[in-house]
Amino acid sequence: MSSAENPILIVESLNKVYQGGFEALKDINLSIRRGEIFALLGPNGAGKTTLISIICGIVKPSSGKVRVDGYDIIDDFRKTRSLIGLVPQELTTDSFETVWNTVAFSRGLFGKAPAPDHIERVLKSLSLWDKKDSMVMTLSGGMKRRLLIAKALSHEPNVLFLDEPTAGVDVSLRKDMWKIVQELKAAGVTIILTTHYIEEAEEIADRVGVINQGELVLVEEKQQLMQKLGKRQLTLLLTEPLNRIPEVLGGYDLELIEDNRQLRYTFDSAAQRTGITALLEDLKTAGVSFSDLQTSQSSLEDIFVDLISQPVRS
Amino acid sequence: MNLHGVLAIYRFEMARMKRTLLQSVVAPVLTTSLYFIVFGAAIGSRIQQVDGVSYGAFIVPGLIMLNLLTQSISNASFGIYFPKFVGTIYEMLSAPVSMLEVVLGYVGAAATKSLILGLIILATASFFVDLQIAHPLVMLAFLVLTTLSFSMMGFAIGIWADNFEKLSLVPMLLVTPLIFLGGSFYSIDMLPPVWQTISLFNPVLYLVSGFRWSFYEIADVNVGVSLISICGFLLLCYSIIWFIFKTGYKLRS
Repeated sequence: MSSAENPILIVESLNKVYQGGFEALKDINLSIRRGEIFALLGPNGAGKTTLISIICGIVKPSSGKVRVDGYDIIDDFRKTRSLIGLVPQELTTDSFETVWNTVAFSRGLFGKAPAPDHIERVLKSLSLWDKKDSMVMTLSGGMKRRLLIAKALSHEPNVLFLDEPTAGVDVSLRKDMWKIVQELKAAGVTIILTTHYIEEAEEIADRVGVINQGELVLVEEKQQLMQKLGKRQLTLLLTEPLNRIPEVLGGYDLELIEDNRQLRYTFDSAAQRTGITALLEDLKTAGVSFSDLQTSQSSLEDIFVDLISQPVRS
Repeated sequence: MNLHGVLAIYRFEMARMKRTLLQSVVAPVLTTSLYFIVFGAAIGSRIQQVDGVSYGAFIVPGLIMLNLLTQSISNASFGIYFPKFVGTIYEMLSAPVSMLEVVLGYVGAAATKSLILGLIILATASFFVDLQIAHPLVMLAFLVLTTLSFSMMGFAIGIWADNFEKLSLVPMLLVTPLIFLGGSFYSIDMLPPVWQTISLFNPVLYLVSGFRWSFYEIADVNVGVSLISICGFLLLCYSIIWFIFKTGYKLRS
């Protein structure tokens, strides 16, 4: 059975209405494959944290079902929670405890017998071994972030939720974090991360979900999403600036940029005919010459901005 | 049953006691010694005996109860409030632990700490006065039931409180007056009749009276009534905590 046919997490018709009537989640349906890295994108307040908080048991759903490895999160909460590890967005740690003790505490809390070997392995993999006897309050922000991952991994979860794992961390640490995530994936852990850093999803995710105003706008393979929704652009560096686009070129999606010194043509990368050959011929006919050209593809960020700027269905 | 979870919470809380030894043990022992000096020596010189017991010895059960009640509430309320305050409560809420297991861990640790403290104060008191414990098992039963029920009360306060002021509001404005007016330092026979009647509505009176009976076989109210009262209070506190977890009150939105 493939991982798509036997998902590790299934969310069905999930709704959350907070006291006061705010609808945080609206009819969410989602299936997460075993062993994948799933990035949940969305602007602040979109419902990302509410969704993972419900799955982890921190927030109560208003309606709908969530199953983890076939177990219901309400009826079989012991089973589902023991399968899940959560790394919260905030650096919430027990400041007065040692690194070792706080990780050992997490393992016990999740119902696992003490396993010093496992904790040692986790701390070493996260470069925290030499800090094992240090008080948590003495750690740097980056170390605390890694400590939270160590705590979440202490009970050997099958599914790991990372809520904004690189929020407010520097570029170097962010890349370290991505490496850790890839290593966890290689070890068979399913990873669901929420982020509003598009490059994070672009860099490490297998699939991407976009949530906006409590609605799951789309779920797509990252590559397919970029192919399907991504626009490609051809930029021509003109020999002479143009005052306006010649009428003969009116049928193309063109715009003059950089003080009319460059001409940009936007086309659908998935289309059978891109129109580039015809455009070049028409440019020659119109007497427009150019000294250089380059093509580019829109990033996931462009796609994301496009998606969330569209009105959500009522 | 997630026994590892219960033990993890219990050990974590007990470790906090070790870290704050000065505040947890030394301070109450010092305060108790001061009570002996002030009440025992100063007032005791004017009140020679109460129901045939020297005044210094008479106030020992009351002093122990004073510390048990305040420390049980303080330990348990702070134990659960602090994770809420710093945000680490997310781990508890996302862990495979039931309400009973969380209560066993937190309340068990808070009650243990108070019990240890009660025994230390008892030992301290033996340096100041001649003590006799007529019914050690009854004394132990009162100690355990009191620490458990007031730790549960503290646990509920810790969940209810959303700032440090609220955390100390109930102990300061309700529990401390009840302790002082609950016969900790006097027998209600020493009060005018009206105040004797009013005192009977103070639940702490039953605790102190029963506990004192286990020492000297003297009591303001029947020891059976005292035991029933503390058992009833234990059930009430457990019901409140059950409600909190059932509804997710102040824990799960």
